[in-house]
Amino acid sequence: MASLRGPVPDSTGSKPPHGVLEISWWRRVADHLATGFAVVTVVLVLAPLVAIFGYLVYKGIGSINLAFLTQIPKPPGELGGGMANAIAGSVLILAIASLLGVPVGIGAGIYLAEYGRNRFGDSIRFVSDVLNGVPSIVIGIVAYTIVVLRQKHFSALAGGVALAIMMVPTITRTTEEMLLLVPNVLREAAYGLGVPRWRTTLSIVLRTATSGIITGVMLAFARVAGETAPLLFTAFGNQYWNWRVDQPTAALPLQIFTYAISPYDDWHRQAWAGALVLIVLIVTAVAAVRFAVRRGTLGGVA
Amino acid sequence: MGVGIQVENLNAWYGKSQALHDINLTVEANHATALIGPSGCGKSTFIRCLNRMHETSPEARVQGKVKIGELDAYNGTSPTQLRRRIGMVFQKANPFPTMSIYDNVAAGLKLNGYSDKKHLDEIVERSLQSSALWEEVKDSVHKKSGASLSGGQQQRLCIARALAVEPEVLLMDEPCSALDPISTGKIEELIFQLKEQYTIVIVTHNMQQAARVAEFTGFFLLGRMIEYDKTEKIFTNPSDKRTEDYITGRFG
Repeated sequence: MASLRGPVPDSTGSKPPHGVLEISWWRRVADHLATGFAVVTVVLVLAPLVAIFGYLVYKGIGSINLAFLTQIPKPPGELGGGMANAIAGSVLILAIASLLGVPVGIGAGIYLAEYGRNRFGDSIRFVSDVLNGVPSIVIGIVAYTIVVLRQKHFSALAGGVALAIMMVPTITRTTEEMLLLVPNVLREAAYGLGVPRWRTTLSIVLRTATSGIITGVMLAFARVAGETAPLLFTAFGNQYWNWRVDQPTAALPLQIFTYAISPYDDWHRQAWAGALVLIVLIVTAVAAVRFAVRRGTLGGVA
Repeated sequence: MGVGIQVENLNAWYGKSQALHDINLTVEANHATALIGPSGCGKSTFIRCLNRMHETSPEARVQGKVKIGELDAYNGTSPTQLRRRIGMVFQKANPFPTMSIYDNVAAGLKLNGYSDKKHLDEIVERSLQSSALWEEVKDSVHKKSGASLSGGQQQRLCIARALAVEPEVLLMDEPCSALDPISTGKIEELIFQLKEQYTIVIVTHNMQQAARVAEFTGFFLLGRMIEYDKTEKIFTNPSDKRTEDYITGRFG
Protein backbone atom coordinates (compact mmCIF):
# COMPACT_ATOMS: atom_id res chain seq x y z
CA MET A 1 0.00 0.00 0.00
CA ALA A 2 2.71 2.39 0.96
CA SER A 3 4.21 2.32 -2.50
CA LEU A 4 0.91 3.41 -4.02
CA ARG A 5 0.87 6.51 -1.91
CA GLY A 6 4.41 7.53 -2.59
CA PRO A 7 7.07 7.99 0.04
CA VAL A 8 5.81 7.82 3.59
CA PRO A 9 7.62 8.92 6.74
CA ASP A 10 9.57 6.11 8.33
CA SER A 11 7.15 4.58 10.77
CA THR A 12 9.21 1.54 11.74
CA GLY A 13 11.49 3.34 14.19
CA SER A 14 10.31 3.24 17.79
CA LYS A 15 11.16 6.89 18.40
CA PRO A 16 9.61 9.67 16.33
CA PRO A 17 12.02 12.13 14.77
CA HIS A 18 12.99 14.92 17.08
CA GLY A 19 10.78 17.98 16.96
CA VAL A 20 7.82 16.31 15.30
CA LEU A 21 5.92 14.64 18.10
CA GLU A 22 8.02 15.53 21.09
CA ILE A 23 6.63 18.36 23.17
CA SER A 24 9.20 20.65 24.68
CA TRP A 25 9.49 20.79 28.47
CA TRP A 26 8.51 24.44 28.43
CA ARG A 27 5.21 23.74 26.71
CA ARG A 28 4.41 21.08 29.28
CA VAL A 29 5.14 23.51 32.09
CA ALA A 30 3.12 26.28 30.43
CA ASP A 31 0.24 23.86 29.97
CA HIS A 32 0.22 22.92 33.64
CA LEU A 33 0.60 26.54 34.72
CA ALA A 34 -2.38 27.64 32.63
CA THR A 35 -4.54 24.78 33.86
CA GLY A 36 -3.48 25.45 37.44
CA PHE A 37 -4.31 29.12 37.09
CA ALA A 38 -7.79 28.28 35.77
CA VAL A 39 -8.44 25.93 38.68
CA VAL A 40 -7.28 28.53 41.23
CA THR A 41 -9.61 31.19 39.77
CA VAL A 42 -12.55 28.77 39.91
CA VAL A 43 -11.79 28.11 43.57
CA LEU A 44 -11.55 31.86 44.20
CA VAL A 45 -14.95 32.38 42.62
CA LEU A 46 -16.62 29.53 44.48
CA ALA A 47 -14.99 30.06 47.87
CA PRO A 48 -17.02 33.12 48.96
CA LEU A 49 -20.26 31.46 47.81
CA VAL A 50 -19.54 28.26 49.71
CA ALA A 51 -18.30 30.21 52.73
CA ILE A 52 -21.38 32.44 52.87
CA PHE A 53 -23.81 29.59 52.41
CA GLY A 54 -21.95 27.41 54.90
CA TYR A 55 -21.86 30.15 57.52
CA LEU A 56 -25.56 30.91 56.99
CA VAL A 57 -26.45 27.26 57.49
CA TYR A 58 -24.20 27.08 60.57
CA LYS A 59 -25.74 30.18 62.16
CA GLY A 60 -29.30 29.91 60.92
CA ILE A 61 -30.33 26.28 60.76
CA GLY A 62 -30.70 26.01 64.56
CA SER A 63 -33.38 28.70 64.64
CA ILE A 64 -35.48 27.33 61.82
CA ASN A 65 -38.43 25.46 63.22
CA LEU A 66 -42.14 25.18 62.63
CA ALA A 67 -42.85 28.32 64.65
CA PHE A 68 -40.35 30.35 62.61
CA LEU A 69 -42.04 29.32 59.38
CA THR A 70 -45.66 29.63 60.56
CA GLN A 71 -45.85 32.40 63.18
CA ILE A 72 -45.63 36.15 63.03
CA PRO A 73 -43.14 38.07 65.19
CA LYS A 74 -43.63 38.26 68.95
CA PRO A 75 -43.43 41.66 70.69
CA PRO A 76 -39.86 42.76 71.53
CA GLY A 77 -38.42 40.91 74.47
CA GLU A 78 -40.66 37.86 74.15
CA LEU A 79 -38.96 34.71 72.91
CA GLY A 80 -40.19 32.71 69.92
CA GLY A 81 -42.37 33.84 67.06
CA GLY A 82 -41.31 33.71 63.43
CA MET A 83 -41.13 35.35 60.07
CA ALA A 84 -44.07 33.72 58.30
CA ASN A 85 -45.59 37.09 57.40
CA ALA A 86 -42.25 38.32 56.02
CA ILE A 87 -41.82 35.18 53.89
CA ALA A 88 -45.34 35.61 52.51
CA GLY A 89 -44.74 39.35 52.05
CA SER A 90 -41.55 38.74 50.07
CA VAL A 91 -43.36 36.27 47.85
CA LEU A 92 -46.15 38.83 47.28
CA ILE A 93 -43.79 41.72 46.51
CA LEU A 94 -41.62 39.59 44.20
CA ALA A 95 -44.71 38.34 42.39
CA ILE A 96 -45.84 41.93 41.80
CA ALA A 97 -42.33 42.93 40.70
CA SER A 98 -42.08 40.01 38.25
CA LEU A 99 -45.58 40.61 36.90
CA LEU A 100 -44.69 44.24 36.14
CA GLY A 101 -41.00 43.95 35.31
CA VAL A 102 -40.71 40.78 33.23
CA PRO A 103 -43.17 41.71 30.43
CA VAL A 104 -41.79 45.24 30.16
CA GLY A 105 -38.18 44.00 30.13
CA ILE A 106 -38.80 41.26 27.57
CA GLY A 107 -40.90 43.58 25.42
CA ALA A 108 -38.19 46.23 25.41
CA GLY A 109 -35.58 43.57 24.63
CA ILE A 110 -37.63 42.34 21.66
CA TYR A 111 -37.96 45.89 20.39
CA LEU A 112 -34.22 46.51 20.67
CA ALA A 113 -33.21 43.27 18.99
CA GLU A 114 -35.78 43.14 16.20
CA TYR A 115 -36.64 46.78 15.48
CA GLY A 116 -34.13 48.88 17.40
CA ARG A 117 -31.32 49.34 14.88
CA ASN A 118 -31.75 53.11 14.98
CA ARG A 119 -31.06 56.15 17.10
CA PHE A 120 -34.14 55.65 19.25
CA GLY A 121 -32.96 52.11 20.00
CA ASP A 122 -29.49 53.39 20.89
CA SER A 123 -30.94 55.88 23.35
CA ILE A 124 -33.04 53.15 24.98
CA ARG A 125 -29.90 51.02 25.30
CA PHE A 126 -28.05 53.92 26.91
CA VAL A 127 -30.88 54.75 29.33
CA SER A 128 -31.22 51.09 30.23
CA ASP A 129 -27.52 50.81 31.06
CA VAL A 130 -27.66 53.96 33.16
CA LEU A 131 -30.75 52.67 34.98
CA ASN A 132 -28.81 49.51 35.78
CA GLY A 133 -26.27 51.62 37.63
CA VAL A 134 -28.70 53.78 39.62
CA PRO A 135 -28.36 53.05 43.36
CA SER A 136 -31.27 51.00 44.66
CA ILE A 137 -32.12 53.53 47.37
CA VAL A 138 -32.74 56.11 44.63
CA ILE A 139 -35.12 53.71 42.91
CA GLY A 140 -36.87 53.36 46.26
CA ILE A 141 -37.33 57.13 46.38
CA VAL A 142 -38.78 57.09 42.87
CA ALA A 143 -41.31 54.42 43.84
CA TYR A 144 -42.06 56.40 47.01
CA THR A 145 -42.81 59.47 44.91
CA ILE A 146 -44.91 57.86 42.22
CA VAL A 147 -46.80 55.30 44.32
CA VAL A 148 -46.61 55.95 48.05
CA LEU A 149 -47.26 59.71 47.87
CA ARG A 150 -50.28 59.18 45.65
CA GLN A 151 -51.74 56.36 47.71
CA LYS A 152 -50.88 58.25 50.89
CA HIS A 153 -49.51 55.10 52.53
CA PHE A 154 -46.85 52.43 52.15
CA SER A 155 -47.80 49.30 50.25
CA ALA A 156 -46.69 46.00 48.74
CA LEU A 157 -47.48 47.54 45.35
CA ALA A 158 -44.96 50.33 45.93
CA GLY A 159 -42.31 47.76 46.90
CA GLY A 160 -43.15 45.71 43.81
CA VAL A 161 -42.87 48.76 41.56
CA ALA A 162 -39.46 49.64 43.01
CA LEU A 163 -38.14 46.11 42.45
CA ALA A 164 -39.74 45.94 38.96
CA ILE A 165 -37.87 49.11 37.94
CA MET A 166 -34.66 47.42 39.06
CA MET A 167 -35.44 44.24 37.10
CA VAL A 168 -36.22 45.90 33.79
CA PRO A 169 -32.74 46.96 32.56
CA THR A 170 -31.15 43.56 33.24
CA ILE A 171 -33.98 41.70 31.53
CA THR A 172 -34.03 44.12 28.60
CA ARG A 173 -30.36 43.80 27.79
CA THR A 174 -30.12 40.04 28.26
CA THR A 175 -33.26 39.51 26.17
CA GLU A 176 -31.80 41.68 23.42
CA GLU A 177 -28.51 39.79 23.46
CA MET A 178 -30.19 36.39 23.46
CA LEU A 179 -32.45 37.34 20.54
CA LEU A 180 -29.48 38.62 18.55
CA LEU A 181 -27.83 35.23 19.05
CA VAL A 182 -30.69 33.54 17.18
CA PRO A 183 -29.29 32.92 13.68
CA ASN A 184 -30.86 35.08 11.00
CA VAL A 185 -31.41 32.02 8.80
CA LEU A 186 -34.20 30.95 11.17
CA ARG A 187 -36.01 34.25 10.68
CA GLU A 188 -35.59 33.85 6.93
CA ALA A 189 -36.87 30.28 7.06
CA ALA A 190 -40.07 31.53 8.70
CA TYR A 191 -40.45 34.51 6.35
CA GLY A 192 -39.95 32.10 3.46
CA LEU A 193 -42.99 30.14 4.63
CA GLY A 194 -45.10 33.28 4.51
CA VAL A 195 -45.13 33.73 8.28
CA PRO A 196 -45.61 37.40 9.20
CA ARG A 197 -42.85 39.17 11.05
CA TRP A 198 -44.65 39.50 14.40
CA ARG A 199 -45.47 35.81 14.38
CA THR A 200 -41.88 34.92 13.46
CA THR A 201 -40.62 36.99 16.38
CA LEU A 202 -42.98 35.35 18.86
CA SER A 203 -43.02 31.75 17.68
CA ILE A 204 -39.54 31.29 16.25
CA VAL A 205 -37.10 33.87 17.58
CA LEU A 206 -38.44 34.19 21.11
CA ARG A 207 -38.96 30.46 21.41
CA THR A 208 -35.44 29.66 20.26
CA ALA A 209 -33.99 32.12 22.75
CA THR A 210 -36.23 31.06 25.66
CA SER A 211 -33.62 29.46 27.87
CA GLY A 212 -31.25 32.43 27.58
CA ILE A 213 -34.03 34.89 28.34
CA ILE A 214 -35.08 32.85 31.36
CA THR A 215 -31.50 33.05 32.62
CA GLY A 216 -31.66 36.83 32.36
CA VAL A 217 -35.01 36.95 34.12
CA MET A 218 -33.77 34.74 36.94
CA LEU A 219 -30.62 36.85 37.34
CA ALA A 220 -32.75 39.94 37.69
CA PHE A 221 -35.12 38.15 40.04
CA ALA A 222 -32.33 36.86 42.28
CA ARG A 223 -30.76 40.28 42.40
CA VAL A 224 -33.89 42.13 43.54
CA ALA A 225 -35.11 39.37 45.86
CA GLY A 226 -32.49 40.33 48.43
CA GLU A 227 -32.85 44.10 48.03
CA THR A 228 -33.55 45.97 51.25
CA ALA A 229 -33.00 49.66 50.48
CA PRO A 230 -35.78 50.11 47.91
CA LEU A 231 -38.29 48.50 50.28
CA LEU A 232 -37.50 50.73 53.29
CA PHE A 233 -39.98 53.44 52.37
CA THR A 234 -42.14 51.56 49.91
CA ALA A 235 -43.23 48.21 51.38
CA PHE A 236 -42.11 49.56 54.76
CA GLY A 237 -42.52 46.35 56.74
CA ASN A 238 -45.32 45.08 58.93
CA GLN A 239 -45.42 43.11 62.20
CA TYR A 240 -48.65 41.38 61.17
CA TRP A 241 -50.09 39.39 58.32
CA ASN A 242 -51.00 41.33 55.22
CA TRP A 243 -52.36 39.99 51.96
CA ARG A 244 -53.47 43.28 50.44
CA VAL A 245 -51.31 44.90 47.80
CA ASP A 246 -52.23 48.39 48.98
CA GLN A 247 -51.12 47.88 52.59
CA PRO A 248 -47.68 48.01 54.23
CA THR A 249 -46.13 44.58 53.96
CA ALA A 250 -43.36 42.71 55.71
CA ALA A 251 -40.48 41.43 53.59
CA LEU A 252 -37.63 39.10 54.49
CA PRO A 253 -34.78 41.53 53.78
CA LEU A 254 -36.51 44.24 55.85
CA GLN A 255 -37.19 41.84 58.70
CA ILE A 256 -33.58 40.63 58.65
CA PHE A 257 -32.38 44.24 58.76
CA THR A 258 -34.67 45.15 61.68
CA TYR A 259 -33.75 42.05 63.65
CA ALA A 260 -30.02 42.27 62.96
CA ILE A 261 -29.72 45.81 64.36
CA SER A 262 -31.91 45.00 67.39
CA PRO A 263 -30.41 44.45 70.85
CA TYR A 264 -32.01 41.00 71.35
CA ASP A 265 -30.06 37.76 70.98
CA ASP A 266 -33.18 35.84 69.97
CA TRP A 267 -33.83 38.31 67.13
CA HIS A 268 -30.20 38.01 66.01
CA ARG A 269 -30.65 34.26 65.71
CA GLN A 270 -33.89 34.77 63.80
CA ALA A 271 -32.15 37.21 61.45
CA TRP A 272 -29.65 34.47 60.55
CA ALA A 273 -32.49 32.03 60.00
CA GLY A 274 -34.29 34.60 57.86
CA ALA A 275 -31.20 35.08 55.69
CA LEU A 276 -30.94 31.32 55.19
CA VAL A 277 -34.62 31.06 54.26
CA LEU A 278 -34.24 33.96 51.80
CA ILE A 279 -31.35 32.27 49.99
CA VAL A 280 -33.13 28.92 49.90
CA LEU A 281 -36.23 30.62 48.49
CA ILE A 282 -34.23 32.29 45.72
CA VAL A 283 -32.38 29.11 44.80
CA THR A 284 -35.61 27.10 44.83
CA ALA A 285 -37.42 29.62 42.64
CA VAL A 286 -34.59 29.73 40.09
CA ALA A 287 -34.28 25.94 40.01
CA ALA A 288 -38.04 25.44 39.71
CA VAL A 289 -38.37 27.86 36.80
CA ARG A 290 -35.40 26.28 35.00
CA PHE A 291 -36.86 22.83 35.48
CA ALA A 292 -40.30 23.92 34.28
CA VAL A 293 -38.87 25.64 31.20
CA ARG A 294 -36.69 22.68 30.29
CA ARG A 295 -39.70 20.39 30.48
CA GLY A 296 -41.87 22.87 28.61
CA THR A 297 -39.72 23.80 25.61
CA LEU A 298 -38.17 20.44 24.96
CA GLY A 299 -41.16 18.37 26.04
CA GLY A 300 -40.64 14.98 24.46
CA VAL A 301 -37.87 16.12 22.14
CA ALA A 302 -34.55 14.37 22.54
CA MET B 1 -48.98 22.77 -10.15
CA GLY B 2 -46.10 25.07 -10.94
CA VAL B 3 -46.46 28.46 -12.54
CA GLY B 4 -44.10 30.44 -14.72
CA ILE B 5 -42.11 33.45 -13.57
CA GLN B 6 -41.65 36.65 -15.54
CA VAL B 7 -39.03 39.18 -14.57
CA GLU B 8 -38.79 42.56 -16.28
CA ASN B 9 -36.08 45.20 -15.77
CA LEU B 10 -35.25 44.07 -12.26
CA ASN B 11 -32.72 46.20 -10.39
CA ALA B 12 -31.65 45.70 -6.79
CA TRP B 13 -29.45 47.60 -4.39
CA TYR B 14 -27.77 47.12 -1.03
CA GLY B 15 -27.55 50.67 0.25
CA LYS B 16 -25.77 52.55 -2.54
CA SER B 17 -24.19 49.60 -4.28
CA GLN B 18 -26.23 48.10 -7.08
CA ALA B 19 -26.33 44.30 -6.98
CA LEU B 20 -28.56 43.63 -9.99
CA HIS B 21 -28.76 45.48 -13.29
CA ASP B 22 -31.79 45.21 -15.58
CA ILE B 23 -32.50 41.51 -15.31
CA ASN B 24 -35.05 40.15 -17.79
CA LEU B 25 -35.97 36.52 -17.56
CA THR B 26 -38.84 34.15 -18.20
CA VAL B 27 -38.83 30.94 -16.18
CA GLU B 28 -40.81 28.04 -17.61
CA ALA B 29 -43.43 26.44 -15.41
CA ASN B 30 -42.71 22.90 -14.21
CA HIS B 31 -39.09 22.97 -15.23
CA ALA B 32 -35.88 23.44 -13.30
CA THR B 33 -33.87 26.55 -14.07
CA ALA B 34 -30.33 26.84 -12.79
CA LEU B 35 -28.50 30.09 -12.12
CA ILE B 36 -24.73 29.89 -12.23
CA GLY B 37 -21.94 32.41 -11.89
CA PRO B 38 -19.00 33.31 -9.68
CA SER B 39 -19.43 34.38 -6.04
CA GLY B 40 -20.94 37.80 -5.62
CA CYS B 41 -22.45 37.90 -9.12
CA GLY B 42 -25.97 38.51 -7.83
CA LYS B 43 -27.60 35.14 -8.39
CA SER B 44 -28.63 34.75 -4.75
CA THR B 45 -29.83 38.35 -4.64
CA PHE B 46 -31.86 37.59 -7.73
CA ILE B 47 -33.80 34.66 -6.30
CA ARG B 48 -34.25 36.57 -3.05
CA CYS B 49 -36.00 39.25 -5.12
CA LEU B 50 -38.46 36.66 -6.43
CA ASN B 51 -40.02 36.07 -3.00
CA ARG B 52 -39.25 39.56 -1.68
CA MET B 53 -36.72 38.21 0.79
CA HIS B 54 -34.21 40.75 -0.48
CA GLU B 55 -36.06 43.60 1.20
CA THR B 56 -35.59 42.04 4.65
CA SER B 57 -31.88 42.95 4.49
CA PRO B 58 -31.03 46.35 5.91
CA GLU B 59 -31.09 49.18 3.37
CA ALA B 60 -32.03 46.85 0.53
CA ARG B 61 -34.09 48.21 -2.36
CA VAL B 62 -35.70 46.69 -5.45
CA GLN B 63 -37.09 48.13 -8.67
CA GLY B 64 -38.73 46.35 -11.57
CA LYS B 65 -41.46 43.87 -12.23
CA VAL B 66 -41.77 40.27 -11.07
CA LYS B 67 -44.76 38.12 -11.94
CA ILE B 68 -45.25 34.74 -10.30
CA GLY B 69 -47.93 33.19 -12.49
CA GLU B 70 -50.67 35.82 -12.51
CA LEU B 71 -49.48 37.41 -9.27
CA ASP B 72 -47.63 40.72 -9.48
CA ALA B 73 -45.06 40.35 -6.70
CA TYR B 74 -44.32 44.03 -6.10
CA ASN B 75 -47.71 45.51 -6.89
CA GLY B 76 -50.74 44.85 -4.73
CA THR B 77 -49.31 41.72 -3.10
CA SER B 78 -48.02 41.55 0.46
CA PRO B 79 -44.73 39.75 1.05
CA THR B 80 -46.45 37.17 3.26
CA GLN B 81 -49.12 36.43 0.62
CA LEU B 82 -46.41 36.04 -1.98
CA ARG B 83 -44.16 33.83 0.13
CA ARG B 84 -46.97 31.42 0.90
CA ARG B 85 -46.93 30.53 -2.80
CA ILE B 86 -43.14 30.29 -3.07
CA GLY B 87 -41.10 27.80 -1.12
CA MET B 88 -37.48 28.53 -0.32
CA VAL B 89 -34.60 26.24 0.57
CA PHE B 90 -31.45 27.86 1.88
CA GLN B 91 -27.76 27.23 1.54
CA LYS B 92 -27.42 25.99 5.09
CA ALA B 93 -30.12 23.71 6.40
CA ASN B 94 -32.08 25.73 8.93
CA PRO B 95 -34.65 23.57 10.74
CA PHE B 96 -36.28 25.25 13.76
CA PRO B 97 -34.17 23.84 16.61
CA THR B 98 -36.88 23.93 19.27
CA MET B 99 -39.37 21.97 17.17
CA SER B 100 -39.83 18.27 16.49
CA ILE B 101 -39.55 16.95 12.95
CA TYR B 102 -43.34 17.00 12.70
CA ASP B 103 -43.63 20.59 13.91
CA ASN B 104 -40.88 21.69 11.55
CA VAL B 105 -42.78 20.37 8.56
CA ALA B 106 -46.10 21.69 9.84
CA ALA B 107 -44.61 25.07 10.81
CA GLY B 108 -45.69 26.96 7.70
CA LEU B 109 -49.31 25.89 8.18
CA LYS B 110 -49.46 26.04 11.96
CA LEU B 111 -47.82 29.47 12.23
CA ASN B 112 -50.29 30.76 9.69
CA GLY B 113 -53.15 29.62 11.85
CA TYR B 114 -54.04 26.25 10.32
CA SER B 115 -54.84 23.61 12.93
CA ASP B 116 -56.85 20.71 11.47
CA LYS B 117 -54.88 17.92 13.14
CA LYS B 118 -55.93 15.13 10.81
CA HIS B 119 -55.21 17.07 7.67
CA LEU B 120 -51.87 18.24 9.13
CA ASP B 121 -50.87 14.62 9.74
CA GLU B 122 -51.54 13.85 6.10
CA ILE B 123 -49.66 16.86 4.83
CA VAL B 124 -46.64 16.16 7.05
CA GLU B 125 -46.45 12.55 5.88
CA ARG B 126 -46.90 13.49 2.23
CA SER B 127 -44.29 16.26 2.41
CA LEU B 128 -41.75 14.02 4.09
CA GLN B 129 -42.40 11.39 1.46
CA SER B 130 -41.93 13.93 -1.32
CA SER B 131 -38.61 14.95 0.16
CA ALA B 132 -37.55 11.28 0.50
CA LEU B 133 -37.15 11.52 4.25
CA TRP B 134 -40.27 9.70 5.48
CA GLU B 135 -38.76 6.22 5.58
CA GLU B 136 -35.83 7.41 7.67
CA VAL B 137 -37.81 9.36 10.27
CA LYS B 138 -41.35 7.95 10.33
CA ASP B 139 -40.93 6.40 13.77
CA SER B 140 -39.62 9.53 15.41
CA VAL B 141 -41.39 12.53 13.86
CA HIS B 142 -42.70 13.63 17.25
CA LYS B 143 -39.83 12.38 19.36
CA LYS B 144 -36.82 13.85 17.62
CA SER B 145 -35.86 17.48 17.21
CA GLY B 146 -35.24 18.71 13.67
CA ALA B 147 -31.74 19.70 14.74
CA SER B 148 -30.85 16.13 15.73
CA LEU B 149 -30.84 14.89 12.12
CA SER B 150 -27.73 14.68 9.94
CA GLY B 151 -26.88 17.56 7.62
CA GLY B 152 -28.34 15.91 4.53
CA GLN B 153 -31.48 14.86 6.38
CA GLN B 154 -31.88 18.39 7.74
CA GLN B 155 -31.80 19.79 4.23
CA ARG B 156 -34.45 17.30 3.10
CA LEU B 157 -36.47 18.28 6.18
CA CYS B 158 -36.24 21.90 5.05
CA ILE B 159 -37.44 20.87 1.59
CA ALA B 160 -40.38 19.03 3.19
CA ARG B 161 -41.14 22.13 5.25
CA ALA B 162 -41.18 24.24 2.09
CA LEU B 163 -43.38 21.73 0.24
CA ALA B 164 -45.91 21.48 3.07
CA VAL B 165 -47.41 24.88 2.27
CA GLU B 166 -48.02 23.60 -1.29
CA PRO B 167 -46.13 26.29 -3.15
CA GLU B 168 -46.17 26.79 -6.90
CA VAL B 169 -42.52 27.73 -7.11
CA LEU B 170 -39.55 26.33 -5.21
CA LEU B 171 -36.46 28.51 -4.86
CA MET B 172 -33.24 26.75 -3.88
CA ASP B 173 -30.22 28.82 -2.90
CA GLU B 174 -27.20 26.51 -3.21
CA PRO B 175 -29.06 23.71 -1.42
CA CYS B 176 -26.19 21.23 -1.63
CA SER B 177 -23.16 23.38 -0.95
CA ALA B 178 -22.85 22.15 2.64
CA LEU B 179 -23.54 18.50 1.85
CA ASP B 180 -21.47 15.42 1.04
CA PRO B 181 -21.76 13.76 -2.41
CA ILE B 182 -24.26 11.11 -1.29
CA SER B 183 -26.66 13.64 0.24
CA THR B 184 -26.14 15.85 -2.80
CA GLY B 185 -27.10 12.94 -5.04
CA LYS B 186 -30.31 12.38 -3.06
CA ILE B 187 -31.31 16.03 -3.29
CA GLU B 188 -30.61 16.15 -7.01
CA GLU B 189 -32.75 13.07 -7.53
CA LEU B 190 -35.42 14.83 -5.55
CA ILE B 191 -35.24 17.94 -7.72
CA PHE B 192 -35.81 15.69 -10.71
CA GLN B 193 -39.06 14.38 -9.25
CA LEU B 194 -40.20 17.68 -7.81
CA LYS B 195 -40.10 19.56 -11.07
CA GLU B 196 -43.07 17.57 -12.30
CA GLN B 197 -45.18 19.47 -9.81
CA TYR B 198 -43.25 22.63 -9.08
CA THR B 199 -41.34 25.30 -10.91
CA ILE B 200 -37.81 25.16 -9.56
CA VAL B 201 -35.19 27.88 -9.61
CA ILE B 202 -31.87 26.68 -8.24
CA VAL B 203 -28.75 28.71 -7.58
CA THR B 204 -25.62 26.60 -7.69
CA HIS B 205 -21.88 26.94 -7.65
CA ASN B 206 -21.55 23.54 -9.12
CA MET B 207 -21.79 23.56 -12.91
CA GLN B 208 -22.13 19.79 -13.16
CA GLN B 209 -25.11 20.07 -10.88
CA ALA B 210 -26.72 22.67 -13.13
CA ALA B 211 -26.10 20.40 -16.12
CA ARG B 212 -27.59 17.41 -14.30
CA VAL B 213 -30.81 18.88 -12.93
CA ALA B 214 -31.84 21.89 -15.00
CA GLU B 215 -33.40 22.29 -18.46
CA PHE B 216 -32.55 25.98 -18.52
CA THR B 217 -29.52 27.81 -17.25
CA GLY B 218 -28.77 31.47 -16.70
CA PHE B 219 -25.25 32.80 -16.33
CA PHE B 220 -24.76 35.79 -14.04
CA LEU B 221 -21.71 38.03 -13.89
CA LEU B 222 -21.22 41.25 -11.91
CA GLY B 223 -24.94 41.74 -11.34
CA ARG B 224 -25.96 41.20 -14.95
CA MET B 225 -27.47 38.20 -16.63
CA ILE B 226 -25.05 37.50 -19.44
CA GLU B 227 -26.81 34.60 -21.06
CA TYR B 228 -29.92 32.54 -20.60
CA ASP B 229 -30.71 29.50 -22.68
CA LYS B 230 -31.30 25.77 -22.69
CA THR B 231 -28.79 24.12 -20.40
CA GLU B 232 -27.43 22.01 -23.23
CA LYS B 233 -26.75 25.09 -25.31
CA ILE B 234 -25.07 26.97 -22.45
CA PHE B 235 -22.71 24.13 -21.73
CA THR B 236 -21.92 23.03 -25.27
CA ASN B 237 -22.23 26.09 -27.43
CA PRO B 238 -22.59 29.32 -25.45
CA SER B 239 -23.10 32.43 -27.52
CA ASP B 240 -21.23 34.76 -25.19
CA LYS B 241 -17.47 34.62 -24.80
CA ARG B 242 -17.71 35.29 -21.03
CA THR B 243 -20.03 32.33 -20.53
CA GLU B 244 -17.61 30.12 -22.36
CA ASP B 245 -14.68 31.37 -20.30
CA TYR B 246 -16.59 30.67 -17.09
CA ILE B 247 -17.84 27.17 -17.93
CA THR B 248 -14.45 26.12 -19.21
CA GLY B 249 -12.93 27.25 -15.94
CA ARG B 250 -10.89 30.16 -17.19
CA PHE B 251 -12.09 32.34 -14.29
CA GLY B 252 -14.50 32.30 -11.37
